[in-house]
Amino acid sequence: MSAYEIYIAYATIVRKEIQRFMRIWVQTLLPPSIIMVLYFIIFGNLIGSRIGQMGGFDYMQFIVPGLIMMSVISNSYGNVVSSFYSTKYQGSLEEMLVSPMPNWVILAGYVTGGVARGLAVGTIVTCLSLFFTQLDVYNLGIIVLVVLMTSILFSLGGFINAVFANSFDDIAIVPTFILTPLTYLGGVFYSIDLLPDFWAGVSQLNPILYMVNAFRFGILGVSDIPVSYSLIVIGGFIVGLFSYCMHLLNTGKGIRK
Amino acid sequence: MTHALEINQLHKIYDNGFEALKGISLKVEQGDFFALLGPNGAGKSTTLGVVSSLVNKTSGTVSVFGYDLDTQVSQAKCMMGVVPQEFNFNMFEKVADVVVQQAGYYGIPRIEALKRTEQLLKQLGLWDKRKEASRNLSGGMKRRLMIARALVHKPKLLILDEPTAGVDIELRRSMWEFLTRINEQGTTIILTTHYLEEAENLCRNIAIIDQGKIIKHSPMKELLKTINTETIVLDILEPLATAPKIAGYSVLLVGDTHLEVTLNQGQNINSVFVALSKTGIEVTSMRNKTNRLEELFVNLVTNNKTDLQGVSA
Repeated sequence: MSAYEIYIAYATIVRKEIQRFMRIWVQTLLPPSIIMVLYFIIFGNLIGSRIGQMGGFDYMQFIVPGLIMMSVISNSYGNVVSSFYSTKYQGSLEEMLVSPMPNWVILAGYVTGGVARGLAVGTIVTCLSLFFTQLDVYNLGIIVLVVLMTSILFSLGGFINAVFANSFDDIAIVPTFILTPLTYLGGVFYSIDLLPDFWAGVSQLNPILYMVNAFRFGILGVSDIPVSYSLIVIGGFIVGLFSYCMHLLNTGKGIRK
Repeated sequence: MTHALEINQLHKIYDNGFEALKGISLKVEQGDFFALLGPNGAGKSTTLGVVSSLVNKTSGTVSVFGYDLDTQVSQAKCMMGVVPQEFNFNMFEKVADVVVQQAGYYGIPRIEALKRTEQLLKQLGLWDKRKEASRNLSGGMKRRLMIARALVHKPKLLILDEPTAGVDIELRRSMWEFLTRINEQGTTIILTTHYLEEAENLCRNIAIIDQGKIIKHSPMKELLKTINTETIVLDILEPLATAPKIAGYSVLLVGDTHLEVTLNQGQNINSVFVALSKTGIEVTSMRNKTNRLEELFVNLVTNNKTDLQGVSA
């Protein structure tokens, strides 16, 4: 296939993916928005007003970057895992496998779909947060870079989950038992400075901590972790997961008989 | 001339140890209408799965119009369109979108893809349904949608795995006409089917696969010539108490108004009519007891099983 033909194939998957989550916006865009508004009201307004300041900022201001990242993470992951698994389950994955499209294009198409949903939900949640607090932009470049890298990373994670999933139950296990706990323990609601040294050290094994803190740095200019270190960790995870996804596609694991 | 499909020593052993293909070799000429027949579980779908790269082979080589499936996979895939046995499109997509998206996967620009989709959906009688969700189509329409999807990139080789399964006779015949037409226009077609009448009517060459091995590979005409006997059913006007005796022919009375006449190779049905006419028996209609190819197929598969049992004993 020529470069132009490859671009058309890639654009076809991206268009399909975006149309899919836009068509079912009541399931894909609305719920995370409602959940985040509840977080803003309960944790930010009601409880936050009693907590006072965190890291030198109002509690609401402190948790908003983490909550935006939380929605980006869960939606980019959820988009790819549900879409790719449905494609596999219905057999329509074969449409792509019989075509001359290279495997990396299939992966890039699905990851872009996941990034698009992550960004869409992240943007909606950011707009909603403005009803509750004032958001400053400390470093726009870092904000964009961290959101993009995080959504790519979790889209790749969703892809791996979908490849190994054998039932719809399997695509809910990782988000429920791994992703959600890691997100809650990733410094969304608190600064790790509040933790005893041992637990602060343990927290540093959680990759989500780096994303939340790097994003918080982009907005508030404060972070528990050096931003450059966070970007290296996220980048390393992306390279590792991308390589593993390509290995799965090239060997046909969970995809070809 | 390069073959449309050439398979050499194809082996497939699944993870559970089951050997589905035991060294299959096959050649399909360009422009051919080729039947790949075999009982359930014989290895037909596995063979086509390997060719369409949905199944990883264990060993062997496959080339499509001279392009090796291992080293020139992109070119090989561009040459073929695949219509699988099971419905495998997104049931929530609109009919037209299923075809347009497939064109996109082959790198066909959207404007061209829309044109081709319109053309194919009209040819296959699905244009009126283009905006409907594909899950709302009838079984026959879903099969035709898969054919439209497989043809959108204008493949030179079309692989159909039981395309008429579950399709009513009228639709089946219209599908036969469509396939015959595109074959006449130069598309090579490989077909698997359980309707042996379909293979006999449409295909010029045939391979029969059983237990992972090709047990017959020849032109259809030559294969049919090897049939030694043929049973004809004659419906007669007046009931009979016993079967009439006709020298050189085996005649059975079934019920009281049907005769089953077995013709050996070289025997003439006219002699039977003459003999019946002399005894005052009036024949109202006549038909083959079973499809000729069906008889041959059953014999070959049964013999193969007997041979294998002999080997294992």
